[in-house]
Amino acid sequence: MAGIDLFGVYRKNESMAEPAIDIENLTKDYPHGFLQLRKRRSLESLTMQVQVGEVFGFLGPNGAGKSTTIKLLMRLIFPTAGSARILGKPISDIEMHRDIGYLPEQPYFYDYLTAAEVLDYFARFHDFAAAERRERVQRMLKKVGLESAGRIQLRKYSKGMLQRVGLAQAILHDPAVVVLDEPMSGLDPVGRREVRDIILELKKQGKTVLFSTHILSDAEMLCDRVGVIVGGKLQGVGAPSELVGLKAQGMEILFELPAGGESGDLLAQATRTGDRYRLQVEESGLYAAMQRLQAAGAKILSVAQVKPSLEEYFMHLMAADRAQAAAVEERAK
Amino acid sequence: MTRVGTVALNTFREAVRDRVLYNLVFFALVMMAAAILVGQISVNIEQIVIVTLGLSAISIIGLLISLFIGVGLVSKEIDKRTLYALLAKPLRRWEFILGKFAGLSLTLAVNTVAMSAGLFLALFYVKHSIERADTAVLVAVYFILLKLALVVALAMLFSCFTTPLLAILFTAGLYIAGLFVHEMRNMQPNTIDPALGGFLRGISYVLPNFENFDVMGAAAHGRVISGMLIAQNTVYAALYCAIVLAVAMAIFSQRNLK
Repeated sequence: MAGIDLFGVYRKNESMAEPAIDIENLTKDYPHGFLQLRKRRSLESLTMQVQVGEVFGFLGPNGAGKSTTIKLLMRLIFPTAGSARILGKPISDIEMHRDIGYLPEQPYFYDYLTAAEVLDYFARFHDFAAAERRERVQRMLKKVGLESAGRIQLRKYSKGMLQRVGLAQAILHDPAVVVLDEPMSGLDPVGRREVRDIILELKKQGKTVLFSTHILSDAEMLCDRVGVIVGGKLQGVGAPSELVGLKAQGMEILFELPAGGESGDLLAQATRTGDRYRLQVEESGLYAAMQRLQAAGAKILSVAQVKPSLEEYFMHLMAADRAQAAAVEERAK
Repeated sequence: MTRVGTVALNTFREAVRDRVLYNLVFFALVMMAAAILVGQISVNIEQIVIVTLGLSAISIIGLLISLFIGVGLVSKEIDKRTLYALLAKPLRRWEFILGKFAGLSLTLAVNTVAMSAGLFLALFYVKHSIERADTAVLVAVYFILLKLALVVALAMLFSCFTTPLLAILFTAGLYIAGLFVHEMRNMQPNTIDPALGGFLRGISYVLPNFENFDVMGAAAHGRVISGMLIAQNTVYAALYCAIVLAVAMAIFSQRNLK
């Protein structure tokens, strides 16, 4: 079984089928400074797998290393160390690109072409015959809602429309693995909903989808598993519920207090919503709190475990990373 | 090779849609004005004036296109990130470079052929005939095309590892230096320091020899251009382009995109 260890690091399981994406110790340093002699580490020893048929969300704040990882997988940049395989083939194998679709972050295409021409251009690299190219282009334009705008030059397109063209070219050739870099970026709520539907449809078709995002609700809604990356380091991988479940924040008691009831300092800690109160306590203090509430005449309606949202987990990791960076800086002084 | 052709045709389409071929209108106006003017002054120098002016215009316009569009072939695709989606397709980086080179060379060929047709029309207008000796003009046009291909290759090479501005400066610098290859090789020992003379002679064999492509004088006077020179220039341009493009491909294949 694959699992999450104490630090949230996904453990590779030998008995599993070959993953769709297999990344091992991928590291990327960028040179910087006037003479480009100094190195800035953008990605540190990333090891993770995305299984076949899985929708995997790659989460992290801006500059965390999400796009760097995706660009490394697409061979747009080259690793300082480490390796990766997609569908069992090393990423340096050009034939691997027949089976993958890629949507770059904030995509931009040849603005002198129409959407139909751009898609036709990209389709040519997959050796489709002319009739099949035409059919696929029309189908994709319809799928991303650009059927009527397909004959307009891209220089007249909005950012959201370009994003749709980007998505269309990524799935045009029916790839087994689809890699989307911030696919919801620049889209209005309707567009985001449509992209979500496309991702879910790809999942239904058995495709593997890896997408990066910093919109956590999208990840929670769509992903089988997510990987959280902060400061170039993978902080955890797992199902969204598993990840945040690791750090349960106690118990919540929902209760009503009849008129004249008195529960002392506990009531001061509770949050009132209409006639009801919510009280959050440590798991170890649950029994004592319930006893005190009952003694005060409170009617306990429910007791539930408080799970932090992915957002809270995310913020927690970021705060820890900042604290670590500050400590390193302090030591350097 | 299909993939190279796909990139090449798209590069040609880009040039056409970006109105690069509009320069033909300017060229047509220059040739019409020259033909009318020369027709009026007629002192038996019509051929020299029309051919020299026409070939110069073909060369200068072609050089401007090769330099400025050649430098942008790679850098613009990186800056605008149009390359990202493209390189995720089954397309090798060297195929992209070769396709871009072929596409701009095709654009230059179409442009140059159209301008040459205009030149011959102007020549016919002032001479009322086209003679066998005028084939030298065709050879001169062919040499201009070879020269332009070499400039495109150099511009692409520099744009693979430096900024567009520096790439333009380096390419223009090499072009100008390449016009003085003969002088570098034949410096009189008493006019220059021997060490410097040796250095200049040495680099003159590495620099692209653009002097060899200039047969404008011979074409203007209707002199025959030897088959040997045609073969020599063809092989030289092909080899030089191949080497420059191979280096460009090697650099670009290792380049991290932003």
